Amino acid sequence: MNRDRKFDVIIIGGGISGCMLARFLSRYELKILLIEKESDIGSVTSAANTAIIHPGYDAIPGSLKAKLNVAANPMWDQLAAELGFAFTRHGDYVVAIGEEELPKLDILMERGKQNGVPGMRIVDEETMRKREPNINPAVSAALWATSGGICDPFGATVAAAENAVANGVILLRKTAFLDFIWQGKHIIGVKTNRGDFSSRWVVNAAGLFSDEVMHLAGIHQEFKITPRKGEYFVLDRNQFAVNNVLFPVPSDISKGIMVTTTVHGNTILGPNAKNINDKDDKENTKEGMNEVFEGAKKLVPEVNPRHTIATFAGLRAAGNAACLTPGVDYQHDFIVEIPEEVEGFINLGGIESPGLTAAPAVAEYAIALMKEAGEIFHEKKDWNPMRPARPQFRHLSHAEREELIKKDARYGRVVCRCENVTEGEIIAEIHSPIPALTYDAIKRRTWLGTGRCQGGFDLPRVTEILARELEIPQTEVSKKNGASTFLLRPTKDTGGEA
Amino acid sequence: MKTVFCDVAVIGSGPGGLASAIAAKQNGAKELLLIERDREPGGILLQCIHNGFGVEIFKQDLPGPAYAQHFIREAQQAGVSMLLDTMVLEISKDKRIIASSKTNGMLAIQAKAVILAMGCRERTRAQVRLPGSRPAGVYTAGTAQRWVNVEGFMPGKKFVILGSGDIGMIMARRLTFEGAKVERVLEIMPYLSGLMRNYVQCLQDFDIPLQMQHTIKRIIGNERVEAVETVAVDDHWSEIPGSEETIECDTLLLSVGLIPENELSQQVGIQLDPLTAGPFVDNHFQTSVEGFFAAGNVVHVYDLVDWVTSAGLQAGESAARYASGKLCCDEKEIPVRHGQNVHHVIPHFLDINSLKDGEKQLQMRVTKPLEQPVKVQVLDGTELIASRTLPYARPGEMVTIGLKEKHMEQIKNATQLVVQVIEKEGSK
Amino acid sequence: MNTQNDLKPDQIICVACPKGCRLNIQQDGDQVLVTNEGCKRGVEYARREILDPRRMVATTVRISGGIHPLLPVYTAEPFPKARIMDLLALLRKTQVQSPIQEGQSILQDALGTGIAVLASRDM
Repeated sequence: MNRDRKFDVIIIGGGISGCMLARFLSRYELKILLIEKESDIGSVTSAANTAIIHPGYDAIPGSLKAKLNVAANPMWDQLAAELGFAFTRHGDYVVAIGEEELPKLDILMERGKQNGVPGMRIVDEETMRKREPNINPAVSAALWATSGGICDPFGATVAAAENAVANGVILLRKTAFLDFIWQGKHIIGVKTNRGDFSSRWVVNAAGLFSDEVMHLAGIHQEFKITPRKGEYFVLDRNQFAVNNVLFPVPSDISKGIMVTTTVHGNTILGPNAKNINDKDDKENTKEGMNEVFEGAKKLVPEVNPRHTIATFAGLRAAGNAACLTPGVDYQHDFIVEIPEEVEGFINLGGIESPGLTAAPAVAEYAIALMKEAGEIFHEKKDWNPMRPARPQFRHLSHAEREELIKKDARYGRVVCRCENVTEGEIIAEIHSPIPALTYDAIKRRTWLGTGRCQGGFDLPRVTEILARELEIPQTEVSKKNGASTFLLRPTKDTGGEA
Repeated sequence: MKTVFCDVAVIGSGPGGLASAIAAKQNGAKELLLIERDREPGGILLQCIHNGFGVEIFKQDLPGPAYAQHFIREAQQAGVSMLLDTMVLEISKDKRIIASSKTNGMLAIQAKAVILAMGCRERTRAQVRLPGSRPAGVYTAGTAQRWVNVEGFMPGKKFVILGSGDIGMIMARRLTFEGAKVERVLEIMPYLSGLMRNYVQCLQDFDIPLQMQHTIKRIIGNERVEAVETVAVDDHWSEIPGSEETIECDTLLLSVGLIPENELSQQVGIQLDPLTAGPFVDNHFQTSVEGFFAAGNVVHVYDLVDWVTSAGLQAGESAARYASGKLCCDEKEIPVRHGQNVHHVIPHFLDINSLKDGEKQLQMRVTKPLEQPVKVQVLDGTELIASRTLPYARPGEMVTIGLKEKHMEQIKNATQLVVQVIEKEGSK
Repeated sequence: MNTQNDLKPDQIICVACPKGCRLNIQQDGDQVLVTNEGCKRGVEYARREILDPRRMVATTVRISGGIHPLLPVYTAEPFPKARIMDLLALLRKTQVQSPIQEGQSILQDALGTGIAVLASRDM
């Protein structure tokens, strides 16, 4: 096999788990390949979730999930600083409504203590009303976990991947894993739609598809990912906003429908939880909307569907790990292992919530397992942990904006009027280390088109810019990949038809 | 950051902005700046290439760009300075505007009076909360209009249009002209939301089916729209089970309403009327913050551009007078409220003394179609101030009534005026 | 108002004003009998609509050297309805060169109707 197709580590899946692992592994003298079947990294579960860095009081004490969640939570400040993505830590609140919900706060508090979560306290109803004036007046108390945070989950994924790429990791998008290449019980490579690649280690970080990958590796045939769809509703920050991350007290099956602020200042409601069979089903439904708003109203009665500016649905990779009771979701533990049955295989499975939070600890844990298995790591002398953020016009002071426009006039032209994203930013993303090649890729990186007009004004501008920068016809510019093109033909060209 | 000074700054160069800039200039505003985010002045008129503009003002049936051209020329002749390709980022209460552009970088503009003429944006899929997947091929009618008429691209070949608003119907014809097939237009209400003329000339002429009391139940397709599932609704907008139908198409256009674009107004602290989503204004088109005026669709959605121009002319004159200290603000202003069958009335406040300068129009939208002869009435309590009979009233068409100098005496002690539209007694 | 395509074959909707009356039409050669009209303008509208229906036509033509690839154009007066598609086909093949003034003729005599096609704007 030619040298370009030989690696030390191949990671299957460019979500937050795969990208974070790639970034952590990139500090060592290893030849690493990260493959992603979609046209962009982080575009499935990592792009559509609640964006919360969880403190770790939810997970069952003693579980791997609890351990990795609590270990990962404090890593995010440094990660955000090194990788330059949006992250804030103001804690989160589990809000008890009415006296009858109070005992549940004690249960969570106790569980959090067992898991080693620092900085949890009960705040009384009056304090809660002060901190969140829109809260349900029937609030009885809240559990404030000060280590809770929010981030830009897609931003974190891209930042980790870019930093990995800058440190030598090879990323191939639109590259789908098909099967393993074996030598006895040893996995020695992967087959993909772009040919075969050999490797000493192969990592399953396939998220929603992690069950299928591990079955091909011959392990955990009983393990199945049941996609759990969650619908979300984004509110116009000019119309209505909360200041905090608010959870209801959890039910037996889910953390519940929350009302949370985001790093962009918009309030998000959701998710509901519906087990589905189709791993591509990201439809919003009327029932889902009713359920989410009803649930959100329990915390914040004033939320109004009329303030919705965007809707989306995400799929959590909920696993029914065989050791746990089927159907009881929160007991599902993470699988992070080097299975005995197979050599050269690192298996990440069932990384459901809080998979975003846990990603850096999952990466470290996986590396520790590799060391145990005899892998010897040599640090790169020139490893650079820093990935500076590219300028985002809307976050700059006027003086900074002035300087930026002086250097590159294209930062002076605002393309997205709701979120104030400039032509300069769009072009920078198109030519970034992991180029944004589609509208959605630009949208997720710059946040353009996410505001009140939902791209109504910027879409024609952005298709024009993408076509120009990529030197393709505008009719080839797409939303998410080849088949999702926006435009059919030039107005005056009917392809021979009159 | 460089600061430039002016008497009047106008934000937006659509019909409202152009008219107000011209009027401000003609009424003594020496330094006037018209700020436009697009590369050329004219606003949305430039993509409205259909006829139907200017019938009231020019007694001519012009296409949108020709209507705009007239005022662009007039503005140039009046000496209006334009900052094109320039985005206003912030405005403060002391009338300092911060804008950015490729050519001037960051620029501060200190004005004595500001005219807000940002127009409208279209309601989106999320705002009407259409369920289903999120593929490419779901566009607002205005975005499609820009592509087809200005940028030179057809977004699809088989269309379904949701909403019988004027832009939707006009796009149905436009797409047909360019070789596309419009499978259907759906309207959730039991009545047309646009003008009858557009129904006849845009849909009927081309045998495009219009289904009233129908909406989209589900958008189908992962990459690109493949079909939509439609459903009939009852009078309470509840879906009627069993009425579902799947229509194959590659594009869904939305013509489901316009929203005045008032994010800058909100920054200034200008009070907005929840009914219009535009600022509260008096008959000078002054907002709740002194020296800030609003013109055109940023105030409320007009049915005809001619009325936008009239409003702009009034706002421009007022702003110029304010900038030179000639618009008094201590005059008594009477609130004007919406009564029976009226959704909202513009202006919200009436400066009684201004009736001396000529008739002042109250503009309103009714809440439901009234197909019999109606009376438009202005009341002070139970006392009738003014009345006007119309053959019918519909939500799609603005209704107006004028107040004149002769009404001054009657209304000078009124605490508020109420405007209502009622069915004329004895009519069928 | 009913716009659910339930017009009878002998009915048309009047658009002489926005009201939209439904006019009953009986035609006998050049004679058009209009009933159910709301006003005299309706009778006039119906007669024209039956004997010689015309529409204002607005579309675009290709332009080179302009700020945009298309120039909006319109017919100087209402154009025979039956020939609109022919006119569009002709204009689809038409290309003009910037600069163009608003009101400038793009076609002097479209399809021999004597009707000009004008530029809707400067470009």
